[in-house]
Amino acid sequence: MTAPPHDCLARNEWICGAYLSTRRSILWDAVLQHLQLTAVSVLVGLVLAVPLAVAARRWRWAAGPVLGVTTVLYTIPSLAMFSLLLPVYGLSASLVIAGLVLYSLTLLVRNILAGLRAVPEETRQAARGMGYGPIRLLLAVELPLSLPAAMAGLRIATVSAVSLVTVGAIVGYGGLGNLIYSGMNSFFKAQVLTASVLCVLIAVAADLVLLGVQRLLTPWTRV
Amino acid sequence: MNTLSSAWSWLTSSANWSGDGGITHRLTQHLYLTVVCLALSCLIALPVAVVLGHIGKGGALAVNISNVGRAVPTFAVLVLLLLTPLGRHGDWPTVIALVLFAVPPLLTNAYVGMREVDQDVVRAARGMGMTGRQLLFHVELPLASPLILTGMRIAAVQLVATATLAALAGGGGLGRIITAGFNLASTPQVVAGALLVAVFALLVETLFVIGQRLAPAWARGSTE
Repeated sequence: MTAPPHDCLARNEWICGAYLSTRRSILWDAVLQHLQLTAVSVLVGLVLAVPLAVAARRWRWAAGPVLGVTTVLYTIPSLAMFSLLLPVYGLSASLVIAGLVLYSLTLLVRNILAGLRAVPEETRQAARGMGYGPIRLLLAVELPLSLPAAMAGLRIATVSAVSLVTVGAIVGYGGLGNLIYSGMNSFFKAQVLTASVLCVLIAVAADLVLLGVQRLLTPWTRV
Repeated sequence: MNTLSSAWSWLTSSANWSGDGGITHRLTQHLYLTVVCLALSCLIALPVAVVLGHIGKGGALAVNISNVGRAVPTFAVLVLLLLTPLGRHGDWPTVIALVLFAVPPLLTNAYVGMREVDQDVVRAARGMGMTGRQLLFHVELPLASPLILTGMRIAAVQLVATATLAALAGGGGLGRIITAGFNLASTPQVVAGALLVAVFALLVETLFVIGQRLAPAWARGSTE
């Protein structure tokens, strides 16, 4: 009988302080990659979603195809999505970002469109009566009024993206997912648990930050 | 275009369909995983949501569980379960992770469906002397069924999609074709596997839509 080692790393425990202190830089790099992948894909998704939603709102014939295509994209599984895009992007971070962009599009387009549709007709008529042109009406009245619905979609899209990034581990660009994946193959419990907990923390933190931004951007919803 | 045609020839070669890792076997595993997980999650989520909706309490709980659920990566749950003693019990880690993933949409949709039943109708039924049980089975459940079915459709399609993750953790299902393709650096095989899963997911979606069309008028939420 050998005595159990004093080191929790050697004992392969789930919670291990020594892991945190010795792998600090690895964890930090993974968190940074995770944040970067999430932020870039949600931002690109937002840049694409706003014009799509505005187009679907303005022209009746555009609504069907826009909603249809984004919904079908959402049905494709993440692992399959990354693989379908593989011939286009190869094994790269852009592959993961492209896949995540396509996912966030559905959530963003739907919510922005719902927000735009909820702008009261009287409000739009009042703005037109005040001499607002279509562009100014959109930028100064319709988009701000659709912010609460759009922000709700943005929060869901961001939280989902944080959790989906982990699947990017299949091509080596999964942020904390990389640590979960390699931890699984080497039965490294502390690494898997730490990376998973960090994932959830990032998702919750991102949600809270966006909630704060929403409150700052829409002061009229607070009485 | 070249990749797509090689993927097509991979899909149409009969050698890839038979055997232990063949498409037929993986498809069966995938179907089995999806059906078992959907049935288990319905058994867990629907009674809870229906009872909460009937007594009109705990709504915030249902919605919050749903939101928290979205923040937890299914892949992480799967790997965590795999490293516990449960990991030695075949499909159980995958089934548990997928059930945890499918319960939130079912719970939220069923709860919202129960709460959105027109309160005038409920009061009228009570006025006619219906007991709580009669009210639940003859008024609230039929009226809530369109949203409950929608929740089941969302859960089913997402289960098909997410069951591919089992392959990352060494489980079965169509995802294995994709991961095997990655390991062989065979892009056609990866794309072929992805196409199979995507078609499967769309097929499930279509089946549910057809099912809802064929259902009796009350289950479609039709007011004709």
